[in-house]
Amino acid sequence: MSEPSACPDCLRRSRLLAHLAPYVEKVATGAPGSRSPELLRLSNEDLAEAVAPKIAAQVLSQIAALPESRLATDLLAARCWACCRHDPRFPVGLHDAADAPWALIGRGDPALLERLEPEATVTIVGARRASAYGREVARELGRDLTAAGLLVTSGLAFGIDACAHRGALDTGTTVAVLGCGADIAYPASHRSLWRRICEQGLVLSELPPGTGAWRWTFPARNRIMAALAGMTVVVEAAQRSGSLITADLAADLGRDLGAVPGPVNSRGSAGTNDLLAGGACLVRDAQDVLDAMLGPGVRRAERSGPELEPALLAVLSAVERGEQTCDAIAAELDLSGAEAASALATLEALGYVSCSLVGVYSRTLLAAPGV
Amino acid sequence: MVSVLATAQTFTLDGIAARPVRVEVDVHRGLPAFSVVGLPDAAVREARERVRSALTNCGFEFPLRRIVANLAPASLRKAGPGMDLAIAAALLVASGQLDLGSLPRLALVGELALDGSVRPVPGVLAIAEAARERGTATMVVPAENGPEAALAGEIGVICLERLDQLSALAGGRWAPERPEPMPLALGAAAGGPDLADLRGQRHLRYALEVAAAGGHSLLMVGPPGAGKSLAASRLPSILPPLAANEALEVARIASACGRLDEARVGGRPFRAPHHTVSPAGLVGGGNPPGPGEATLAHRGVLFLDELCEFRRDTLEALRAPLESGWVAIARAGSWRQLPCRFMLVAAANPCPCGRGEADPECNCAPLAIRRYQARLSGALADRIDLLAAIRQPGAAEIGGPPGEASAAVRKRVSAARERQERRLGPGRCNAEMGPDEVRECALEEAAAALLAEAYARRRLSGRAHDRVLRLAQTVADLADSEKIGREQMAQALQLRRRDRE
Repeated sequence: MSEPSACPDCLRRSRLLAHLAPYVEKVATGAPGSRSPELLRLSNEDLAEAVAPKIAAQVLSQIAALPESRLATDLLAARCWACCRHDPRFPVGLHDAADAPWALIGRGDPALLERLEPEATVTIVGARRASAYGREVARELGRDLTAAGLLVTSGLAFGIDACAHRGALDTGTTVAVLGCGADIAYPASHRSLWRRICEQGLVLSELPPGTGAWRWTFPARNRIMAALAGMTVVVEAAQRSGSLITADLAADLGRDLGAVPGPVNSRGSAGTNDLLAGGACLVRDAQDVLDAMLGPGVRRAERSGPELEPALLAVLSAVERGEQTCDAIAAELDLSGAEAASALATLEALGYVSCSLVGVYSRTLLAAPGV
Repeated sequence: MVSVLATAQTFTLDGIAARPVRVEVDVHRGLPAFSVVGLPDAAVREARERVRSALTNCGFEFPLRRIVANLAPASLRKAGPGMDLAIAAALLVASGQLDLGSLPRLALVGELALDGSVRPVPGVLAIAEAARERGTATMVVPAENGPEAALAGEIGVICLERLDQLSALAGGRWAPERPEPMPLALGAAAGGPDLADLRGQRHLRYALEVAAAGGHSLLMVGPPGAGKSLAASRLPSILPPLAANEALEVARIASACGRLDEARVGGRPFRAPHHTVSPAGLVGGGNPPGPGEATLAHRGVLFLDELCEFRRDTLEALRAPLESGWVAIARAGSWRQLPCRFMLVAAANPCPCGRGEADPECNCAPLAIRRYQARLSGALADRIDLLAAIRQPGAAEIGGPPGEASAAVRKRVSAARERQERRLGPGRCNAEMGPDEVRECALEEAAAALLAEAYARRRLSGRAHDRVLRLAQTVADLADSEKIGREQMAQALQLRRRDRE
């Protein structure tokens, strides 16, 4: 398959956005949660005039004068490629949005573009300051939805985003949409995750390589994520969280909206609980997402793991009863420390349990067969 | 005669090593005075008063002349009261009251009391060894230090109780017998802390056994009062007994720090510095450089309770010594290397309040917990191999029968250590295996597959991969198995310390 392509005009549009980024920042970030994407509906001339009237003419002529070869070599130098709205491989979901980007700059596997159809794509977003519960659920959703054949997109941010990506990478591939150039790992501490996605999946951005992140580029990135996916799932969000912008944008586009319930007394889940109260689809596991997107029972989430021996089943049910440490399990089932350790390591390898930094075991969502 | 010069050989302690010092005493005409030169510290300078009183109280005459005592080499800083005896002896020779000509190649150490009795000094073992290496024939030491000095081997040892015994010695009227060398405890004494006190806690017992068998470092995480400190203090009792040369190393360090009594009972040392300890207190320092807790724990166990409460720079300082087994302390004009091959055991609470995230009583904010646990993967924690999650033992366990006694566990540990020594060479254990040796571990196919899968699923980093192999080798050694089996690999995977993603 040939590389996706982009026409020079669309590439120039992305260069213009990068060029005007500081000016857009001044205009767009007045009120919290302001809708910078609205600015992005404007044509090149109107946009320049709106955000930087003094230098508009100069910037426009500069951008117009950029030679085609320069546009191509800059992409190559950052090991990126581009796909514009005139290319048949441009994700169809983006055509639904009035403020859709003109071109997407990608790094990673271009073949994934073909799979980015709203019917088969789900966006998982949520708080950066996520609880252990939210992180675990995000990871499980990422893992199970990817295993069920969907493509999981998210934003590479701290917390829920990163967990969704990691879960998806456990069983397949994933797409990260960035608020900076696709060649920049942001946040920087996610560099290794970014590199893994570049190798195993796809990193997308509407901004040209080398562009830094601005405050307005995150809601702008959210509109792409919302438009790419048939369903947006908010895993954990406080009120006035940035994830709710994505949820709003998805709802505006007529996409499905799902939310994972959280404790009613937790401020960190107030946003998602509000979404549920407002009619968002209740998401408890991957099956709920599959049912909402594809119709009830159309596809089963691959939920059950391999068969377990009775001894392992006993250990698994001890974890389910809330025994958290290897020691407690050994005492409960009258096993030696070595036997309990070996059983837990086997269950962890099979994906039935997970272990925290301090050696506390918890049950994953993976169901055991015959239980 | 205008002036008379006499010399005597002695030693000063520098860190844990002894340095030779030549005392030169010059007695000549002039206003009566007594000065000590040659970089003496306060304790050495005060020797003047002790020597003056001791001499007169032993029936000698303190010459009313101008006396200069020079401690050579002049560039070396001298510390401690151990040079009193040599200064007094040289002064007696210089003033014609004593003739040590019958005792060639003699060295003296000891502190003088005002009544002329000789008091013990620290570091006599190191001093006697240094004296032997320099070809000293006879070493005069305080009576209490005699058995310790006799450990040094081929060197004459004379125990002195009072200063006036020197003249009897020089005149050949008194020839004391060489004292018996002090017996060194190689293993823990019976009746000491025993692992049987740890009731229940099967997994922790198992983790302790693996840690002891392979010399691996261990992190225990659990609520306060669950038995972390108790378990750590029992670890020396399940370690194999010290080899004779190792016991001598331990005794040398203990002697230099004036703690030989502990070494005589304890076998392997157990050190538990408080978390407010400074970097210099932990790894050694000061000027002149002295040993720290890490060196005191040489061949034993260093226990860091409340690991997250230690200052970051303190733990950082422990990093290089932990890998190399040596502390290097550089000061202006001096450079010292102190041994510190110890087993690291650390304990921490699971969260700031100590109850653990899953406990309903725990009110810690998620961010506070993350920040707290982030310290568990700091630079030092990255060098820890094993993790044991501890919980409050149930009522039935606490009231139940005592656990397996240390002696039985030690037997298995010693057998596993022997296997390792056969494979790696004398005195070495699995925790010290280099990357090449780790590659040579023999694995059964199923074990290799399990490890490869964990690695492929990114549950292990490259460093953690090797750590698990080392652990698995120890588990296999404990099971007396030639190859690492699947079961043993699974146990190693469970026991490993978890990394943050």
